[in-house]
Amino acid sequence: MPRLSYRKALTRALADELARDSDVFLLGEDIRVAASNVTAGLLKKFGPERVIDTPLSEQAFTSFATGAALAGLRPVIEFQIPSLLFLVFEQIVNHAHKFPLMTGGQCAVPVTYLVPGSGSRTGWAGQHSDHPYSLFAHVGVTTVVPATPADAYGLLVSAIRCDDPVVVFAPAGALEVRADVDDLAPVPLGRGVVRRAGDDVTVVAVGHLVHDALAVAEELTGEVSVEVFDPRTLYPFDVDGLVDSVSRTGRLVVVDDSNRSCGIAAEIITSVLERVRLAAPPRRVTRPDGAVLPFAPALDRAVQPGRDQLTAAIHLCMKDGS
Amino acid sequence: MTDDPVRLYRTVRLIRRFEERAIELVRSGHIVGGIHPYLGQEGIAAGVCAALRGTDLVTGTHRGHGHVLAKGADPARTMAELCGRETGSNRGRGGSMHAADFSIGVLGANAIVGAAGAILTGAVWARRRRGDDVVGATFFGDGAVNEGMLLEAFNLAALWRVPVLFVCENNGYATTMPVQGAVAGTITGRAEAFGMPAAVVDGQDPERVRDATAAAVARMRAGGGPELVEARTYRFDAHHTFEHSVRLDYRPPQEVAAGRERDPVVIQGDRLPEATRRIVDAEVEATLTAAVEFALAGPHPDPAGALDHLYASGLVARTGGG
Repeated sequence: MPRLSYRKALTRALADELARDSDVFLLGEDIRVAASNVTAGLLKKFGPERVIDTPLSEQAFTSFATGAALAGLRPVIEFQIPSLLFLVFEQIVNHAHKFPLMTGGQCAVPVTYLVPGSGSRTGWAGQHSDHPYSLFAHVGVTTVVPATPADAYGLLVSAIRCDDPVVVFAPAGALEVRADVDDLAPVPLGRGVVRRAGDDVTVVAVGHLVHDALAVAEELTGEVSVEVFDPRTLYPFDVDGLVDSVSRTGRLVVVDDSNRSCGIAAEIITSVLERVRLAAPPRRVTRPDGAVLPFAPALDRAVQPGRDQLTAAIHLCMKDGS
Repeated sequence: MTDDPVRLYRTVRLIRRFEERAIELVRSGHIVGGIHPYLGQEGIAAGVCAALRGTDLVTGTHRGHGHVLAKGADPARTMAELCGRETGSNRGRGGSMHAADFSIGVLGANAIVGAAGAILTGAVWARRRRGDDVVGATFFGDGAVNEGMLLEAFNLAALWRVPVLFVCENNGYATTMPVQGAVAGTITGRAEAFGMPAAVVDGQDPERVRDATAAAVARMRAGGGPELVEARTYRFDAHHTFEHSVRLDYRPPQEVAAGRERDPVVIQGDRLPEATRRIVDAEVEATLTAAVEFALAGPHPDPAGALDHLYASGLVARTGGG
């Protein structure tokens, strides 16, 4: 069974789609030399017409990709830094996302925005450590946050094949994850998965936090039976899948690397509460309100959701209502 | 082309009367939200589009009816779009500021100032990559020349030698802000800084605009990169029809009077025998009478379909109700 790293899975997905579909091309900063190590080897294999380095002009090349998509191509943009998504939020939301409706269905904008290394990379401080996936879920742009190498491959492939814009967050905290992968296959957008079955409480974990949730669940074995639900796609969210799980466990904790206010955890909890009567109030573990990640490693860790907080939240949730 | 003066006249006259009829429909309440009248600037859209082929691509602005009509959009479906009808070019989903017709190369009027340049650059690049011999023209106002996104687009287009004509409609005001209060340096100087040929042309004379465009397009088709044309013009009416009820004091009346003296419809009309002009005028009236009838006869869209075309992939958004 071949061992595959998350990062290598992204590379494989790009290579496979470039080979499969001549309309696919890559656009980004320093991707020829693969500064982020995701596009390694692709220039040699596919040439400079399909692996295109851009000047530092994020707004222009993001809309350039929109135009190329309107003309029938399938661009994939790599953003080196998650915070660049703030810079191009207008281009993605106001143009790429709105064109199909505003034109009455005359066009599609199949662009993939890939962010390898989203969230904290430890030591990269305030302007390189954001995790703005909740913003894209809010505006209704398809948003995926794969947790595993197989999902990194499968969701990126599905993103590229999707006729709508899709943002793919590859959390820095998951890039080094390795797993035995038998079969690389597309993973459907909008479908979550139960990573670990349990009876007492459902923990929804986003991206790299899936691994933390699984570790916490193991630690609690014998004490609390924890089910771990990995939504994989944040928008559209697999509410049915999660409701199935929570209907059985009756308890819900969400761990999410967003800022607290209006973060995806709030939406996840509300979507469940609209359909399920819980045995205890739900809990969420998130970054604080308005978080800016401070530089010093201990401070950086202090504002990210951690295992201790998750353990405490699970205990609180179990105590309540019992 | 021998009939060029007649065709140019027909186009400016069509746009003129279309706008006047649209203003009537704003006043009668059939067009909600108002419009940004193109009155006075008709010579630019008419002249530029006369030098383009049907397969070439254009983008317009929030003041965009003229661009769309000059490229060949059906006045009836365009008027129906302004009236928000299902029979509109965008099925009533776009309105005045977003009229589009991809079938004739109109990739939409775009209501974010300076945003369309990069989109059109990407679209032209993509089409040429597929082997299509197309060029593009992107219209924007003097307000856009201070938008970083547009300047980034200048750079990308020039760097990658994408044949896009950047058409600046300098009507002297960005809403109420005069050019001299907003533009440091010059508009053509911006293009020249990126190595782009740039010319100033009298935007009130459709034939001069056509000739300047034809020369630029010929160079672009022969392998040249992008160029810029600054068409000096004057907006005869309000920035937006809301000014018809709220008087904004920013243009001296004598300036407006002087500006209106150089009328592109009169300038082009004077080149035709009066009998020819009368025939064209009658044809235009008949076309617009039919267009208004068509528009007002069209069904209003069914609110059940308010989010039709939100996603090209077929994704269905959750509704907002309880």
